[in-house]
Amino acid sequence: MGFKKLLTSKKALLLFAATMLFGSHQLMAQAVAQGTTTAGTPDTMASSGMWTGVLYYVLLALVACFCIAILGKILKVYDLTLTMQGKKPINWNSFMAILCLVFLIAGLYGAYWSLTVQGSMTLPKSASAHGVDIDSMFNLTSALTLIVFVITQVLLFGFLFYYRASDKRKAYFLPHNNTIEKVWTIIPAIVLTVLVVFGFFTWQSVENSTNMKGDINIDVTGHQFAWELRYPGPDGKLGQLDYRLTTGLNKLGIDYKDRNSYDDLQADTLVLPVNKSIRLNIHAQDVIHSVFMPHFRLQQNAVPGLPTYFKFVPTVTTDQMRSETNNPKFEYLLYCNKICGGIHYNMQKVVRVVSESEYQDWIAKQKPYLTDQLKQQLKVAAAKSSAGALSSNKLALNN
Amino acid sequence: MSTLAVHDHGLVHHEEGHEHHHKATFLNTYVFSQDHKMIAKQFLITGITMAFIGMLLSLLFRIQLAYPDKSFPLLETLLGRFAPGGRLSPDFYMSLVTIHGTIMVFFVLTAGLSGTFANLLIPLQIGARDMASPFVNMLSYWFFLIASIIMVSAFFVEKGPASGGWTIYPPLSALPTAMPGSAEGMTLWLISMVCFIASSLMGGINYVSTVLNMRTKGMDLWKMPLTVWALFLTAVLGVLAFPVLVAGVVLLIFDRSFGTSFYLSDIVLNGKVMPFEGGSPILFQHLFWFLGHPEVYIIIMPAMGISSEVMSVNSRKPIFGYHAMVYSLIGITVLSFIVWGHHMFVTGMNPFLGGVFMITTLIIAVPSAVKTFNWLATLWRGNIRFTPAMLFAIGMVSFFISGGLTGIFLGNAALDINLHDTYFVVAHFHLVMGSAAIFGMLAGVYHWFPKMFRRMMDDRLGYLHVWVTFVGAYLVFFPMHFMGLEGVPRRYYAITEFHQWDHWLNVNTFITWAAIMSGFAQVAFIINFVYSIFWGKKTVQNPWNANTLEWTAPIEHIHGNWIGELPTVYRWPYDYSKPGHEEDFIPQNVPFSQTMSSNMPHDFEDNPEGLEEFNKWTSTQKANEEVK
Repeated sequence: MGFKKLLTSKKALLLFAATMLFGSHQLMAQAVAQGTTTAGTPDTMASSGMWTGVLYYVLLALVACFCIAILGKILKVYDLTLTMQGKKPINWNSFMAILCLVFLIAGLYGAYWSLTVQGSMTLPKSASAHGVDIDSMFNLTSALTLIVFVITQVLLFGFLFYYRASDKRKAYFLPHNNTIEKVWTIIPAIVLTVLVVFGFFTWQSVENSTNMKGDINIDVTGHQFAWELRYPGPDGKLGQLDYRLTTGLNKLGIDYKDRNSYDDLQADTLVLPVNKSIRLNIHAQDVIHSVFMPHFRLQQNAVPGLPTYFKFVPTVTTDQMRSETNNPKFEYLLYCNKICGGIHYNMQKVVRVVSESEYQDWIAKQKPYLTDQLKQQLKVAAAKSSAGALSSNKLALNN
Repeated sequence: MSTLAVHDHGLVHHEEGHEHHHKATFLNTYVFSQDHKMIAKQFLITGITMAFIGMLLSLLFRIQLAYPDKSFPLLETLLGRFAPGGRLSPDFYMSLVTIHGTIMVFFVLTAGLSGTFANLLIPLQIGARDMASPFVNMLSYWFFLIASIIMVSAFFVEKGPASGGWTIYPPLSALPTAMPGSAEGMTLWLISMVCFIASSLMGGINYVSTVLNMRTKGMDLWKMPLTVWALFLTAVLGVLAFPVLVAGVVLLIFDRSFGTSFYLSDIVLNGKVMPFEGGSPILFQHLFWFLGHPEVYIIIMPAMGISSEVMSVNSRKPIFGYHAMVYSLIGITVLSFIVWGHHMFVTGMNPFLGGVFMITTLIIAVPSAVKTFNWLATLWRGNIRFTPAMLFAIGMVSFFISGGLTGIFLGNAALDINLHDTYFVVAHFHLVMGSAAIFGMLAGVYHWFPKMFRRMMDDRLGYLHVWVTFVGAYLVFFPMHFMGLEGVPRRYYAITEFHQWDHWLNVNTFITWAAIMSGFAQVAFIINFVYSIFWGKKTVQNPWNANTLEWTAPIEHIHGNWIGELPTVYRWPYDYSKPGHEEDFIPQNVPFSQTMSSNMPHDFEDNPEGLEEFNKWTSTQKANEEVK
């Protein structure tokens, strides 16, 4: 093999070592040079400190590798002496079988620990009506899968230990058994059918977002990297949007040809009245975002050009949740859950569920999107476009 | 090439071959080789290189997640502007996540896995002298290499590599100003993927035609080892699914560069109203996942096939329910085309469609369950030999169970609402297709290393590798489920902005250290791998006492695989520990006439003459016994 020759040739090795040495020398020299040219002594200190730190860890890793190598050699020597003395060498096969058993026990305990300790660190009970259905669905699925998980892992590692190789016996020749194969095709099929049926109906009811009388429609619009909220005014209706109308002042592109938009309100916090049906109208301006409110078991992507909806009923107020979780600072939050750029990780909005009366007080204080400045701008634009239409005899419908 | 003709005149060809053969130079043996065994090694080594790159990227972002507020001057020295002040920049974090995903999914677990083992095993296990088209096979590798180089080279462009996630959903990936990675980095990503798909198609067509046309005498489809079945069905999947991604990618290129609006509509970016109208971002998701979902089966099926084979050999027991195993592979292949929508439950796709996809998704769990139970039944009452390959195969099964079960949560649309794009998903797919598939691949590497490099790998280093990696992977991914259950989203640069997640910081640190530990275990592998290639113990012809045909080929690699005639196949590949036979294995090329004492009526189901012979033999045996 040409390769092998290349590798074993001493010349090549020497050359390699020399280049490595020279190269690292060069690099180090550069690093030092950089350190000195930057003149600032703390900088040099920091960089040399960094390299000693790095060196420390590299050395540590090397020492660990050495220890393992030495351990390996010791084992080999021990193995050889055993055979020389005419004793049986280490039976690696049985050792592995024992490790399988150890792994099974430790693994099951670890899984149990993780499920109880980390499992209890997860979300509190659902704060929305439909979330309760989802949670019961989740519990059912968890119970079923955990049973299967434990049984299959115990069988897997149990068999490995129990049927480890032995010279005394031969494996049992069992190519197939149609009955048992049918059984374990049909049983999962039945279990999955149950899950599918329940899941299907839960899903259908959760996703039903038809606009009904009495729903509070709220616009949630995502853009890089914030959420904008729009509440309907006293008329209870949101005005039309047209992205082409977006300007610095009209940042959502609200169409003021639509009368419903005159009283639309802007807000900083997503305040929701408890036990009322809320319908989120989800929009995105630039890239895909996702409205994710895990406490309410709610998620829906915000897609540019495709308005989406999610209807839900919050059932637990922020105050109730604070006392239930023993956390006076608790807030419901809305995160972005679809990669949308660099600041994706910090695109949050506080959600506050309050009583009906608090909600009314709050909404009365919110300001409309149609500010005086915007009014003026619109007037100027309207005047311009009508003048333009007259002069050039064109239809100027949109602007 | 004359490879098709050699089928009948193997011997003749071979003798001629030596005379007419080009002189074996370094260039045509190691670089532009058309020999499937060498191409397999090229795929393997490139795949392992990419795997190490992918792993290093993951360690980098794991460090960021574990220590979000700490600065590491070393990072700035290494990465420069990507890590100002010794902390990764958020944009570069996204790039790392994106490229890690792309490399692992496509370059390691698709090309590295299928490319290596389809090339190595298909001709050797079906008894062919080479692939149907060795030249196209070579091209397939070179396209793959070019794609790999382009993908990695994206780290050297000014704004950094693509950073919209490995799923590159537009508009984020379509608008160069939406994030730095969507500029030149994204262009390179798209070019690389087009090359990659070309490579994958050339490979796939070759694998399919080789399996269908070039099987040796006696090797009917139902005598093929499960590895070949799995690799064959994987290739079929790839050939059917990958072109759809090309369509998606080409339309994306149009949107990016030629002002079309296939995926774009109603966009106001940074306060600027864009002229796109009428497109749909959801369209891209449909096209992407129409490949993307079969893709995860392209990844896992070869791992399944390899594990089945390795587990059968090392349990010294036939694979349980061979037919059921094949039918469930076929079932998975077919179903995998109609489940893609389960990635899109909350994307704004019609909820009714979501319900339908939920049904198909949960149906696909049935063949997966059958496979798992069959593996368990294969181990039952076996005589289990723990080679490192066997331990990796077992690890694959364990991961497949753990990760597969969480799939039942995610496949359920109602539950997916709250779990979509959280760490629960990350944990799920890293177990079921990441760890499981890489374990399948490593099982294959350890098992067929003697075939590839004519030497053995060191067992004890292998044991160290498998256990540390196995435990490490569980430590990394098991806690992630619970982060997901609290709704911690994936692809977050830091979770410190939300104080209610502060109790996960310790867990994050723990996960990172577990990942570093598993990373170090790979050092044991690479030392073992490189050392054994050159200085490992020399192998015997059939080191594992296996039945499949590759172990009947000579140890010395020759172009054409077998000296003289191709072996003829008489039996299925899983006659291990057959009662009545002295040894615990009977290779596929041993005729039944040589194993009279171990034959069963079942062996002659489609062979009436053989059955007659068998009956005659048993009756004489009986008569003899009566005489005694």
